[in-house]
Amino acid sequence: MDFTASLALIAPEILLSVSGLVLLLAGAWMGDGASRLVSYAAVAVLAVCAFMVAPALCSGAMGPDTVAFGGQFRADAFASFAKLLIYAAGGAALLVAPAFFERHGAMRAEYPVLVLFAVLGMGLMVSAGDLLTLYIGLELNSLSAYVLAAFLRTDERSAEAGLKYFVLGALASGILLFGMSLTYGFTGTTTFEGIRTALSGGLSTGALFGVIFMLAGLAFKIAAVPFHMWTPDVYEGAPTPVTTFFATAPKVAAVGLTMRVAMDAFGKQESAWQQVIIFAALASIVVGALGAIGQVNIKRLLAYSSINNVGFILIGLAAATQAGASAMLVYLSIYVAMSVGGFVAVLMLKDADGEAVEAIADIAGLSRTQPLLALCLAAVMFSLAGIPPLFGFWGKFVVFQAAVQADMIALAAIGIAASVIGAFYYLKIVKIMYFDEPVNKVHGKSDWIHWALLAVSAIFISPLGYLLTRWLGSLADKAAAALLFAA
Amino acid sequence: MIQAIVFAPLLAALIAGLGNRMIGNTAAKAVTTAGLFLSCALSWPIFIGFVTGSAEAGVTPVLQWVQSGTLSFDWALRVDALTAVMLVVITTVSALVHLYSWGYMEEDLDQPRFFAYLSLFTFAMLMLVTADNLVQMFFGWEGVGLASYLLIGFWFKKPSACAAAIKAFVVNRVGDLGFMLGIFGTWLVFQTTSIPEILAAAPAMKGASTIGFLGARVDTMTVLCILLFIGAMGKSAQLGLHTWLPDAMEGPTPVSALIHAATMVTAGVFMVCRLSPMFEAAPVALAFVTVIGALTCFFAATVGTCQWDIKRVIAYSTCSQLGYMFFAAGVGAYGAAMFHLFTHAFFKALLFLGAGSVIHAMHHEQDMRYYGDLRRHIPITFWVMTAGTLAITGVGVIGVFGFAGFYSKDAILEAAFGSGTELGTLAFMLGSFAALLTSFYSWRLVFLTFFGKPRWAGSEHIQHAVHDEHHHADDAHGHGHADHGDGTAGYHPHESPWSMLVPILVLSVGAVFAGFVFNDTFINRESFWNGAIFYNEHLIHAMHHVPLWVKLTPGMVMLIGLFIAWNNYIRNPALPAAFVNNFRQLHAFVYNKWYFDELYNFLFVRPAFWLGRQFWKIGDIGIIDRFGPNGAAWVVARGSGYAQKVQSGYLYSYALIMLLGLVAAISWVMVK
Repeated sequence: MDFTASLALIAPEILLSVSGLVLLLAGAWMGDGASRLVSYAAVAVLAVCAFMVAPALCSGAMGPDTVAFGGQFRADAFASFAKLLIYAAGGAALLVAPAFFERHGAMRAEYPVLVLFAVLGMGLMVSAGDLLTLYIGLELNSLSAYVLAAFLRTDERSAEAGLKYFVLGALASGILLFGMSLTYGFTGTTTFEGIRTALSGGLSTGALFGVIFMLAGLAFKIAAVPFHMWTPDVYEGAPTPVTTFFATAPKVAAVGLTMRVAMDAFGKQESAWQQVIIFAALASIVVGALGAIGQVNIKRLLAYSSINNVGFILIGLAAATQAGASAMLVYLSIYVAMSVGGFVAVLMLKDADGEAVEAIADIAGLSRTQPLLALCLAAVMFSLAGIPPLFGFWGKFVVFQAAVQADMIALAAIGIAASVIGAFYYLKIVKIMYFDEPVNKVHGKSDWIHWALLAVSAIFISPLGYLLTRWLGSLADKAAAALLFAA
Repeated sequence: MIQAIVFAPLLAALIAGLGNRMIGNTAAKAVTTAGLFLSCALSWPIFIGFVTGSAEAGVTPVLQWVQSGTLSFDWALRVDALTAVMLVVITTVSALVHLYSWGYMEEDLDQPRFFAYLSLFTFAMLMLVTADNLVQMFFGWEGVGLASYLLIGFWFKKPSACAAAIKAFVVNRVGDLGFMLGIFGTWLVFQTTSIPEILAAAPAMKGASTIGFLGARVDTMTVLCILLFIGAMGKSAQLGLHTWLPDAMEGPTPVSALIHAATMVTAGVFMVCRLSPMFEAAPVALAFVTVIGALTCFFAATVGTCQWDIKRVIAYSTCSQLGYMFFAAGVGAYGAAMFHLFTHAFFKALLFLGAGSVIHAMHHEQDMRYYGDLRRHIPITFWVMTAGTLAITGVGVIGVFGFAGFYSKDAILEAAFGSGTELGTLAFMLGSFAALLTSFYSWRLVFLTFFGKPRWAGSEHIQHAVHDEHHHADDAHGHGHADHGDGTAGYHPHESPWSMLVPILVLSVGAVFAGFVFNDTFINRESFWNGAIFYNEHLIHAMHHVPLWVKLTPGMVMLIGLFIAWNNYIRNPALPAAFVNNFRQLHAFVYNKWYFDELYNFLFVRPAFWLGRQFWKIGDIGIIDRFGPNGAAWVVARGSGYAQKVQSGYLYSYALIMLLGLVAAISWVMVK
């Protein structure tokens, strides 16, 4: 693989970094007044990148042709699938932001730039073929994320969120790095392919430590129990557009990366990590569901909901099969739509002065004051609860199906039982909106962009989404095949 | 044509029931009544065709139903002489009851529902009598049970009506269990549910095999027939399973006339006659039928003598008359049983509708103690009730003319005696005594209601009515209260509207002439039945040649009963009270319906409630709820509390938990 071909494979990342730098300069040159323009330019860049990665997914690209820089980087169908989700989520986070920050007088050109760099880092994560690429992508993403969390720097909660995220993130990075160095020490290589070959014979205790430490570091990123503790605080404290971003794009990236590490690099040693993943999956489902009960802040509730959802996604990983990987991707797609829909709806909850309404009690009787918004939020809740005929059910269904096919019937059964607990708090929101006495707190008008994004998400998770199952399923199958090509 | 007869009521019921308030009272009433009159108009030609001998029995297929291995049966409508008799009985009484209800239910708020139920009932009953296989018969059987339940509880806001509806349903379930076991057993033995095939194969089965039942080896046909008969006992309120019928009087009176007198309760008799070749192959079962029928006949008649509620008297009378039909079938006189069913339908519907007219006139007072002297106020009702009473008591002169019951009841008693068996003689004796009691309670009803002095003042219903009337009068004219010392409390009963009187008058024609006209057809003409029932020529011959005193007995006991009633309630009204004082215990025993309800309450109801309460309190609440939903909710609530407590907000505790998680994971994979 020559250098030019490698550059062609990494073109979207090059475009992202170059335009990130250009937009940074543009922002500095034109001042904060241009931040809306910069945001839209960033969205355009993401759209172009999406078109650049789409062909690889459609053709199901895999194998040596997709490997760049001697195994450092992979631009296969799996990476494309994840990147498309990341770009979509990043675009949504960019589009909803201006209206939100402008009201606080805090809209700055740095926001779109930071999002672009975070997206770049995430693109590297899902394309990683080497521990170093992995780490660079992860840290690029994380460093952008820390700043984004504290973006409303005058707001105490936002600053606290940024700080907490940074400190715990640093701890997680340390764990990850330690795992990586152990792995390198016991295998003598940093490429996934090399690690895979080195571990095909057996697993020494040192390498086992490496596996577990690396997975723990990654579990922090995807907010799986017990590495989830930061999530509620950060999701609540961060500005809502940032939370929208956190709940979607980095999840996709971190899950994608974990899949690469677990199924590619450590693919021959699945017995070493499978049980840990099973535990993390079940613990995430249960703790996510239990934690959500009793929350009074809707963002915090959605944070627990995301922990809960990660549990379901990890069930697919625990299956450790191609069907499981495909199911995870389908679930992720639906999850991104549900999360975007949910957080955009939360963004649209504003009182008469335009202040954000976050308390669950304040949306009582929303169905009578804002029927359309209440309907969309109810659809999101039903979908998150996995109630047919909404699309959220399909995601859960494919994941459980994969687990059952992998003979993990107990895991699937416990997961299904625990999802009942989740239904409780999702339905409670619906009940509060539809059956409680109206408190008439939510008034404000919303931007048309918000409505448009909400409409797109709502239609995607509505029963109409089932029209996409075949198409989505075949793309996910291609991506999963590309992931497991080396295996 | 038969399809139209059967399905017109269903269609009408659907329109009225689903349309309900949307189409309004008048439309619902009109469509159901029209549907029934159509059925009725189409039924009579069929019946007359069989009487004149021009019609042929046949089966009209409707739809394929079940094809599963060797089990197969279809929806089909069978018409033969037996069905034709039932068709005219059902459609005529039902059409008249529909018409009658226009007047009787005038002020009810829920009329479409009522008429829809009535038509639905009629449809189910028609499905039952046209059944060509046992499964379809069971469909109709359960359908009429459902309609009966719905109509008994029609005034569902009245707790007593709900209780009566549930009682009727539950008691019928007991019978239905027997019926179902009978059907299953029949299929097991005959490998078919088709009635003609079963009947063709039945004679050869007589005593041919035994079957294991409840751990004993018993004669196959005996078991099957007794099980089927238990179903008939439930539906036809025979001794032991009769307790629901008097309570069923909670339903509106037209319902009592249609379902609990003329049609549904006779379904058991119909079923035994339909399966008569099968029963003939099981002599023991027939003996059982005879005994139960005779005992019911006697028992219900005794209870009827002491009741005060006008509808309950007639209800026990119905029970008693059904007993006649059963022991007629039991001794082999199926034609006589069907004949009594036929005539009974007319005069008993007449009596019920007449009683309804009285109740209507007396402002919903049903207690005969508060009646009296009504013949001068509601003369038409009085005359038709008298006609009905003449019919049920069997007034007539041998060889000249008699009212309907004269022919059918005498035929039954003669057949019982003529059968020559000991059980037949016993049935004859019990039946004759019951005829005496029948005469007594029927005339007692007439005398208490229509003769003597008005006793209306004691009735709360009447006082309410009078009070309301005076209240209005005061408003209008400023008149003061008048003091009425004549026992009328100032109340003026009014004759019922024509919509109620016309059906009664039509039925009274049947009550007077049905016996005279059709006697020969039902009893003597084997060609009329033409194989639809088992026709025992030998028995018919014997019943025509019983001694003269046997033929005269029914008439004599009727006169004795009439005399006692006249003596007790007209000549010397103080006599009953004196009698009650002298025979207090006997009276209490009979008045309390032989304590059947109390006995069942003690034996079944209370233990069942106790058991249910144990399951509820200990099993459901104590175990399932506690460890199931409530327990799970408790665990979740606790868990949620812990999850929030752990989420302290402190960075160091978050970091600690991460590290603990890591250590735990490492430890796990190390020791694994």
